[in-house]
Amino acid sequence: MPLPDGLIVVAKRDCPTCGLVEPLLHTLAAGAGPLTVYVQDDATYAAGVPGAVLDETLEQSFRLGVEFVPTLIRIAGGREVARTHGWHRGDWQQISGLPTLGAALPELRPGCGSKTLEPGIAEDLQVRFGQTGLTAREVAVGEAEDPIEACYDRGWTDGLPVVPPTPQRVLRMLAGTTRRPDEVIGMVPPDLAPCTVEKVAINAVMAGCKPEYLPIVLAAVEAALIDEFGMHGILCTTMFAGPLVIVNGPMGRAVGLNSGVNALGQGHRANASIGRALQLVIRNVGGGRPGEVDRATLGTPGKYSFCFAEAEDSVWEPLHVQRGFAREASTVTLFAGEGVQGVVDQKSRTPESLAKSFALCLRAVDHPKLAMAGDAVLVVSPDHCRVFIEAGWSKARLLEELTQLLLLPGDEMVAGAGGIAEGLPAAMAGKPCPKFRPGGLLIVRAGGGAGLFSAIIAGWAASGPVGSIPVTKEISA
Amino acid sequence: MSASLVLLDPTSERSPVARALSARPPSLNGLAVAILDISKARGNVFLDRIAELLAAQGVRVNRYRKPTFTRPAPTALRQQIAAENQLVIEGLAD
Repeated sequence: MPLPDGLIVVAKRDCPTCGLVEPLLHTLAAGAGPLTVYVQDDATYAAGVPGAVLDETLEQSFRLGVEFVPTLIRIAGGREVARTHGWHRGDWQQISGLPTLGAALPELRPGCGSKTLEPGIAEDLQVRFGQTGLTAREVAVGEAEDPIEACYDRGWTDGLPVVPPTPQRVLRMLAGTTRRPDEVIGMVPPDLAPCTVEKVAINAVMAGCKPEYLPIVLAAVEAALIDEFGMHGILCTTMFAGPLVIVNGPMGRAVGLNSGVNALGQGHRANASIGRALQLVIRNVGGGRPGEVDRATLGTPGKYSFCFAEAEDSVWEPLHVQRGFAREASTVTLFAGEGVQGVVDQKSRTPESLAKSFALCLRAVDHPKLAMAGDAVLVVSPDHCRVFIEAGWSKARLLEELTQLLLLPGDEMVAGAGGIAEGLPAAMAGKPCPKFRPGGLLIVRAGGGAGLFSAIIAGWAASGPVGSIPVTKEISA
Repeated sequence: MSASLVLLDPTSERSPVARALSARPPSLNGLAVAILDISKARGNVFLDRIAELLAAQGVRVNRYRKPTFTRPAPTALRQQIAAENQLVIEGLAD
């Protein structure tokens, strides 16, 4: 709709500079051609000025793209030809064509923020009056229906309540990325449904993410869709695994991802919601639901959400650097993880003793008589890590030592040995048998500053090319 | 704003928005059928006849009664009906 020629002023009572220019509006109305005054908050402002309108819904302010009040706009030939905001005497005189306008007022007074940009208002106006660019199907929830229950009823949750994904919330979430909402980031198993940035944002809203987490969630979803990660198999296996997200680099620290006290536990919004958002994408976009394609016999609590950051240390090389990324890069590493098994060793004070403890405990991954089946993540606490660092052991050195210590005697591992039917093929008898495939043991540093405890996160027993290989993806804005 | 809240669909949108009714069994063989009297006047007349017809077909019928038609069934009764039956018939009007 073309705008009527003349002047437009947008103002609000709450703004002292708008108060300053209020007496001038009569002069403008009388001497500067047609005038419209849109008042954002109070009909008594500019009362009696011809052309004053209460912009109660803020629709006019929104359509004019007003960021500050007062704003003065000149329309000619149906389009905007001049604009100023705040009180700039020279600008107002020039745009109004009244060379003595406000001569008694100070030369300059800054304005205030437009109500259209107040928190919670901007997205609402965009949904009501603007082009949102959103294409997801709209689902109307009845007036008397509880929106949280409505999400349960539609099968959208993991069993815990989700934040109802209103268009306003989704728009706020999408502000966390520079990527277009309609960009397809991949096909999500098991249904191999195309997944857009918008769908990820919707599920991130539901999971409880802040917009600033969205780039990490997007990277996690993209990593899960890398073929070698084998997300389809991880989902549908009868075994325990779910995607564990390990975050490295400055972006994790910036959003407050926990790598310290209780790093693998509850209580941190970023950890809880980023891991959960990935799982909700698998559930909702991919159609991966327990009891349907997800056939886990027991599952693991990590399938609600499993995400933490490495407590990076200047001496020990962080995981992403080990995996070929720059130290200043931010990455997500996805691992098909089972549960957390504690390693309690409060007596070892030498790296040799502690490494042997770790190796002994790592033998239990899958089963002490199985090898080359599941990968593992060893989470070394700061107290344990100090034992290695003080003795000059790098992370790579610990990995080498563990690899040697985990060359297990085949005689003890074969089926039937020790009176246990489970075990490796008889052909392994008499041979040294590596517990993990090459590249199958990852080491990260995390945890609180007190406690001579570390943790093992066992991987899916179908680790490696047959099932899942850990993948790392750089996070981009 | 419209009267109802709008949510954005988080799924692949391969299922219709309107939720489908539960699948109907191809036959009543071997199934237990609950008959729920909601305590509306003369509802029992209709339900007694239904029970007779089902019984004549050899269908197992269990009878239940809500304390009052003005309120939803008590939780314990709903759980009992769900535990003991695969289908439920109720008379909604007098």
